Amino acid sequence: MITSSVAELSRALLARRLSSVELTGSLLDRIETANRTLNAFLTVDREGAMAQAKAADARIAAGTASPLTGIPLAHKDVIMTEGLRTTCGSRMLENFVAPYSAFVAERLARAGMVLVGKTNMDEFAMGSSNENSYFGPVRNPWNTTCVAGGSSGGSAAAVAARLVPAATGTDTGGSIRQPAALSGVCGLKPTYGVCSRYGLVAFASSLDTPGAFGQTAEDCALLLNAMAGHDSRDSTSVNRPAEDYTRLLREYAANAAAKPLAGVRIGLPREYFGAGTEPGIARAIEAAIAGFRSLGATTVEVSLPNVDYSLPVYYVISPAEASSNLARFDGVRYGHRAAKYDDLMDMYKKTRAEGFGAEVKRRILVGTYVLSHGYYDAYYLKAQQVRRLIADDFRKAYQRCDVIVGPTSPTTAFCIGDNIDDPLKMYLNDIFTIASNLTGTPAISIPCGFDGKGLPIGLQIQGNAFAEAQILNVAHRYQQTTDWHRRVPAGFAP
Amino acid sequence: MMWEVVIGLETHAQLSTASKIFSGASTAFGAVPNSHASAVDIALPGVLPALNKGAVERAIRFGLAVGGSINRRSVFARKNYFYPDLPKGYQISQYEIPVVQGGSIAIVSQTRGAINVALTRAHLEEDAGKSLHEDFHGMTGIDLNRAGTPLLEIVSEPDLRSAEEAVAYAKTLHSLVRWIGICDGNMQEGSFRCDANVSVRRAGATLGTRCEIKNLNSFRFMHQAIEFEVRRQIELIEDGGKVIQETRLYDPDNNETRPMRSKEDAQDYRYFPDPDLPPLVIDDAWIERIGAEMPELPEPMAHRFVADYSVPLTDAVQLTMSRELARYFESTVQAPVGVHLSGKTAANWILGEITARLNRDGIEIEQAPVRPNEFAQLLARFQDNTISGSIAKDVLDAMWNGEIGGDADAIIAAKGLRQISDSGAIEKIVDDVLAANPAIVAEYQAGKQKAFNSLVGKTMAATKGKANPAQVNAILKRKLAG
Repeated sequence: MITSSVAELSRALLARRLSSVELTGSLLDRIETANRTLNAFLTVDREGAMAQAKAADARIAAGTASPLTGIPLAHKDVIMTEGLRTTCGSRMLENFVAPYSAFVAERLARAGMVLVGKTNMDEFAMGSSNENSYFGPVRNPWNTTCVAGGSSGGSAAAVAARLVPAATGTDTGGSIRQPAALSGVCGLKPTYGVCSRYGLVAFASSLDTPGAFGQTAEDCALLLNAMAGHDSRDSTSVNRPAEDYTRLLREYAANAAAKPLAGVRIGLPREYFGAGTEPGIARAIEAAIAGFRSLGATTVEVSLPNVDYSLPVYYVISPAEASSNLARFDGVRYGHRAAKYDDLMDMYKKTRAEGFGAEVKRRILVGTYVLSHGYYDAYYLKAQQVRRLIADDFRKAYQRCDVIVGPTSPTTAFCIGDNIDDPLKMYLNDIFTIASNLTGTPAISIPCGFDGKGLPIGLQIQGNAFAEAQILNVAHRYQQTTDWHRRVPAGFAP
Repeated sequence: MMWEVVIGLETHAQLSTASKIFSGASTAFGAVPNSHASAVDIALPGVLPALNKGAVERAIRFGLAVGGSINRRSVFARKNYFYPDLPKGYQISQYEIPVVQGGSIAIVSQTRGAINVALTRAHLEEDAGKSLHEDFHGMTGIDLNRAGTPLLEIVSEPDLRSAEEAVAYAKTLHSLVRWIGICDGNMQEGSFRCDANVSVRRAGATLGTRCEIKNLNSFRFMHQAIEFEVRRQIELIEDGGKVIQETRLYDPDNNETRPMRSKEDAQDYRYFPDPDLPPLVIDDAWIERIGAEMPELPEPMAHRFVADYSVPLTDAVQLTMSRELARYFESTVQAPVGVHLSGKTAANWILGEITARLNRDGIEIEQAPVRPNEFAQLLARFQDNTISGSIAKDVLDAMWNGEIGGDADAIIAAKGLRQISDSGAIEKIVDDVLAANPAIVAEYQAGKQKAFNSLVGKTMAATKGKANPAQVNAILKRKLAG
């Protein structure tokens, strides 16, 4: 029972078949054991979690519970949580206790979720393998010699190993979807602006998107219901009427016999089905597409001629923004400060040299370079122009289809250390996920099979801006006829 | 060789919003260090800026007041540099597209008369905090109370040709921002700060190399600093040297400018649009609403004073340096005192006698103990020859001190200050004075003009100043000639 989905646990909690105290206590025990292997958690707050669980049980008893009340949750350690350490996977913030909570953390807490701890991540969310964490890599529950993906590797691994039913993440170039794919769970990146960025430690402000991990698309929808909403503190937060992201899912439950995806047009970009993708992944995606057709969906080939530029565009824009966003970590007000220095400049240099890891430094250097006088037009401005062309490609494609389907990642989980010396190869992990960050549109990765090595494969469903309900619906209907998402890694079966 | 001085001014006006430009923290001056610094001002990880509409509104007001164009879409950029009192490691400032473009400020130059100084732009930005180097031994303290205070940076074209014009421009701008209520203008607290770009050239030549002078925190210092800098540059060139582009700091103690940093040290600020802030969009309705609430502006008001009250333009410009002064003037000349007061006289008295008393007492016009209605009464008595000018000054002092309810007529009556215009009475006094001072009369008749003034003085003294001076003059002349 305790390894069930959020939706199932919610029913059990509301029916008083299970208490949050029991559930939370058991999961904390599981975390304690499993984390020695996985390194998925950087902070576990047993005391706080048990107090919240008790409060949740009282709320359930009082009849004022939400569907998320009493459900244990983990936050990626880039999300500020008042009174709890928030490290961003960095030595720079190794001992930083957040003095306030992020908007999404507040929202999920208000819904009654029980925060058990903070998950490991690539330093400042920069990476695709979690090997850039100052606190060591997260291990993949399906094969502990492999990476769990990144940057939200800790959250993905925690949900995959059934240590928590749900977790938050942030997605700047695929940091929710790629680890979801590599760890065999669902990961939703909403439309930019749907969830406030207030309290997310910024990596690349125009791309950063908070989102959710769960076992099922339905769980992601439940979390998004609580996380979404306007926040006047984030000027890029959208102000639109509240939406129930589970509404199309419930429609299906009432109408199970019909062809549930009838009328849905699935776009297949030829650019997503070339060489470069592992054959096992390509086969699993083809099988999933056949599944969608049998559910009544039609498929149409679409073209995204500029999508190949996503990676270079991303690696100009995101380091540029990061170089500026990370300037505040200067040792003056909080965080790491070098123990010995000669003068102000020396303090800056030593503090930042010691506090940041290699990948963060690499991106700060790249970002500083592309914004430099005389290079701005050639790099940053040009990248922004191409970004618009990519968005135009998607806009045109969505005139012919409702969702776009393809692989989430060109490979399944790789071994720890395999790509560490080759940043360019590492960056290719995000080749399919980056475009939806550049265009600000929503996407979800769901499990759709396993490769020859028994490692999970992720299917990405992308949609137009604010089409979360639609992509969740397509994912959910697929999950009603498959059980990939129900598989639990052998070492972590209850 | 004729040298031409070329000056452009950059002015930072602190906008009078209650809270900061991107956070809800207070902008009040003088609080305990770091007590007005929110999470956003401290730049904690994860915080974001949210634009204060009041700051935008004030920028629009300024744009309308100077006849500039309000950009319907302007962009906030990040200016990146490291400094301990810059918490984010960047300053949010409008760079490529400012909120206001163009416009002008009308000034009266002593040498060139009325001129329009063109404005390049005015843009919104946030202030940095303060580094306190003196208060801590071997350490620097950081006070972030000022961090995030809204500023409007107003940039003029290099249209000014002397220190005098630069000061006139700065004073006019200073009065304008207070007039339209966007800045308190407090220069001691740094609410209004000017930097001057100064260069010299031989008449008709292309622009010379400029130096930017900082730390001009009073109009007097601005004048002195520019004068010094102009001299320095001219001497340098005449000695065969070359001006290098640099930032210089004015040192009022030694009255000189000193190099701060050269262009070679200039940092690459790596400006780029701030991804945390969407472009600032201003619609026509917003501009119209602000336009409808605008008060009459000083420049048209000055011209109205010239037309309606026959005030000389220079006086009208002086009177419109503040709304309160202009209101004082207009209330005075419109006061119901039975006679049509001369605007020229009223302006003279307000800019002379009233202003002198305000300065002496260190108070503002709105605190003047003599209110316009009362003052108008006094001017009426002067105008209808009830009292002379010098007696009027004494009466004003009495009113200023609140004697006899501050009422001009009551004071004149109680003190018997009514002017003596009775020729017979004056003739008698003149006769007495002439009889008592034969030596002075002899001097006068020997051709000493000064002796006449002495006799006038003695006659006036004998009447305690109450005799009509014109009559005294005439009678004395007649008697001495006879």
